Amino acid sequence: MRHLLSVTDLDAAAATALLDTADRLRQALLGREVRKLPTLRGRTVITMFYENSTRTRVSFEVAGKWMSADTVNVSASGSSVAKGESLRDTALTLSAMGGDCLVVRHPASGAAHRLAGWVDKDRASTGTATAIVNAGDGTHEHPTQALLDAATLRDRLGGIAGRRIAIVGDVLHSRVARSNVFLLATLGAEVVLVAPPTLLPVGVEQWPCRVSPELDAELPTLDAVMMLRVQAERMHGAFFPSAREYAVGYGLSEDRAALLPEHAVVLHPGPMVRGMEIAPAVADAPSSAVLAQVRNGVHVRMAVLYHLLAGAPE
Amino acid sequence: MTDLVITGARPYGEGEPVDVLVRDGVVAEIGSGLSGSAEVLDAEGLVLLPGFVDLHTHLREPGGEESETIATGSAAAALGGFTAVFAMANTDPVADTDVVALHVRRRGVEVGLVDVHPVGAVTVGLGGTRMAELGTMARSAAQVRMFSDDGHCVHDPLIMRRALEYASALDVVIAQHAEDHRLTAGAQAHEGVVASRLGLAGWPATAEETIVARDCALAREARARLHICHVSSAHTVAVLRAAKAAGVRVTAEVTPHHLLLTDARLTGYDPVNKVNPPLRSAQDAEAMRAALAEGVLDVVATDHAPHAAQYKDTEWDAARPGMLGLQTALSVVVHTMVEPGQLDWRGVARVLSERPAEIGGLPDHGRPIAVGEPATFALVDPDGVWTVRGAQLASRASNTPYEGMRLPATVVATVLRGQITARDGKVRA
Repeated sequence: MRHLLSVTDLDAAAATALLDTADRLRQALLGREVRKLPTLRGRTVITMFYENSTRTRVSFEVAGKWMSADTVNVSASGSSVAKGESLRDTALTLSAMGGDCLVVRHPASGAAHRLAGWVDKDRASTGTATAIVNAGDGTHEHPTQALLDAATLRDRLGGIAGRRIAIVGDVLHSRVARSNVFLLATLGAEVVLVAPPTLLPVGVEQWPCRVSPELDAELPTLDAVMMLRVQAERMHGAFFPSAREYAVGYGLSEDRAALLPEHAVVLHPGPMVRGMEIAPAVADAPSSAVLAQVRNGVHVRMAVLYHLLAGAPE
Repeated sequence: MTDLVITGARPYGEGEPVDVLVRDGVVAEIGSGLSGSAEVLDAEGLVLLPGFVDLHTHLREPGGEESETIATGSAAAALGGFTAVFAMANTDPVADTDVVALHVRRRGVEVGLVDVHPVGAVTVGLGGTRMAELGTMARSAAQVRMFSDDGHCVHDPLIMRRALEYASALDVVIAQHAEDHRLTAGAQAHEGVVASRLGLAGWPATAEETIVARDCALAREARARLHICHVSSAHTVAVLRAAKAAGVRVTAEVTPHHLLLTDARLTGYDPVNKVNPPLRSAQDAEAMRAALAEGVLDVVATDHAPHAAQYKDTEWDAARPGMLGLQTALSVVVHTMVEPGQLDWRGVARVLSERPAEIGGLPDHGRPIAVGEPATFALVDPDGVWTVRGAQLASRASNTPYEGMRLPATVVATVLRGQITARDGKVRA
């Protein structure tokens, strides 16, 4: 694995290996007085965030620091981006400064693919190898989010193959949904998408999942339900009439959550819009794995950095 | 004085080879054993066609000289077998006055490789709200015969209606870039399976189809001539077929890239494949080829759209749409239409020369190969094969989607009114 751009870079074995590494790293840190492994000492991880995301950026930063990598954060507003420098020049500059890994969050779908193309071309002439990690590109993918969701589901459900998992909400604009549909399917889960037709992508019937218009009908047979973030500006695009109507149709209320089997897990990639997407009591209930997702995020990102930078076996 | 003799060529690829004697820019004699000329063009084994006419070219000058100039674009045209091109109005400043149109026309004459006909803007500044001075441009020495806001759709139905009505008295054609921008807000790629998976906002084919349907109705009522730019969707073809059957004076073009390429190319996010309208499905491309053979789509037009590297070597969303087309148009038409038997060389002459000359109102292009007609030709080697290299194309930019592709048919020479403008891959010095 040279870059992590899409979950489709991973087959079931490679994804499982990453999850296993994440588990081992978590064990290794347990009970340590100093929460730091020497694994990536001397390596430099640069996060390039062209969109605000405290949670993902900090998660990568913590992951790097716990493995003793030097981490540097570049944000769009505080760099030459504001001066109009191209993404290509910024990426090659940071690579030339010795960044072993560039973690990129960008509003354009495919931005991480472009970066990988540029640094690989540069590598041919300079011999400098820079790994690219996609930390969310437009409405395309967010592979480490899907991996941390998979880690959480594996913990809670004891496995992923054969489990039935619903993804609910704005699938159309969601990179989290895309990464999860394809990763969970690779790992053998049965995925169901639940959304109003306006928030489903054209051609979704060719994805490895089922589509259902009716959340209540699905809930009793689910092993997990993943609620997606709904951005308020979608209402102006006439995707749905009002927050109230959305909540009635697709929000995870207490009444709805009661339809879930006892063992079912509730996930949300955050940040949550409480009340509209998910009722506060549901978000804070024992079935909710929201904070476990965040904790697992650090371990999964450690695993990704480890596999990319320390050449762990795939 | 004899100017030129073309020996051993087969007009339209038919019958026995003939010699064509050219005097003062006009075909003086067609026969065998003709000679005694100052210049001989040995055309043994070659197909002689009327020079190609491109209704849709972006030459970028004035204002976009980092991507193309009238000189470099004219060279690309001549090397591609073109003898006339229509230069789109979306320059900076916009060609919305006779002054800008005249400048483009005169630069074309100075370069002298191809007849450059400026397209005038339909609305001031391509703004879509106020009609440009169509009459002044049409009556000026630039002799503007086609008007288009290409790059933008004339979206307001009232403005479009008035433009069609007004144009009908000038005997000019309005060429519409059919795209309902309300349906394509933020669009980055053909709305379909590929774009959905890649997370690229979709450009639905209905955004084209609905504007074409509306404009056909407006043209019918105005009894005006309407031309549809770069048709890309199978549904649009159905609308055009019905409108033509009902007697609407509508014509339409298809680009070489919509004949050959599909959205399957988008998976690597290389913006060289970004174009507007977008590359569509394989079914759409197949429908374009069938409609061109049928004649529902009248002509092939390149939508040659050079972009300097800094506008393409970016993330997908930031890249400008468009691709080079002049030097590859013939080869793509041969590959997609002639090789599978959907067009013969007569058909190639029709879609690349005769019909575009008619639509663009050029009396001395797209003419029969006959005594007394202008000696304006493309000489094609039907057995030639070449590999496309963007860096070697004459355009200032190199954004060809066909990089590295081996394509059939080469343009051996281009002749404009008896003057050789390009020969063996080089333009006239």
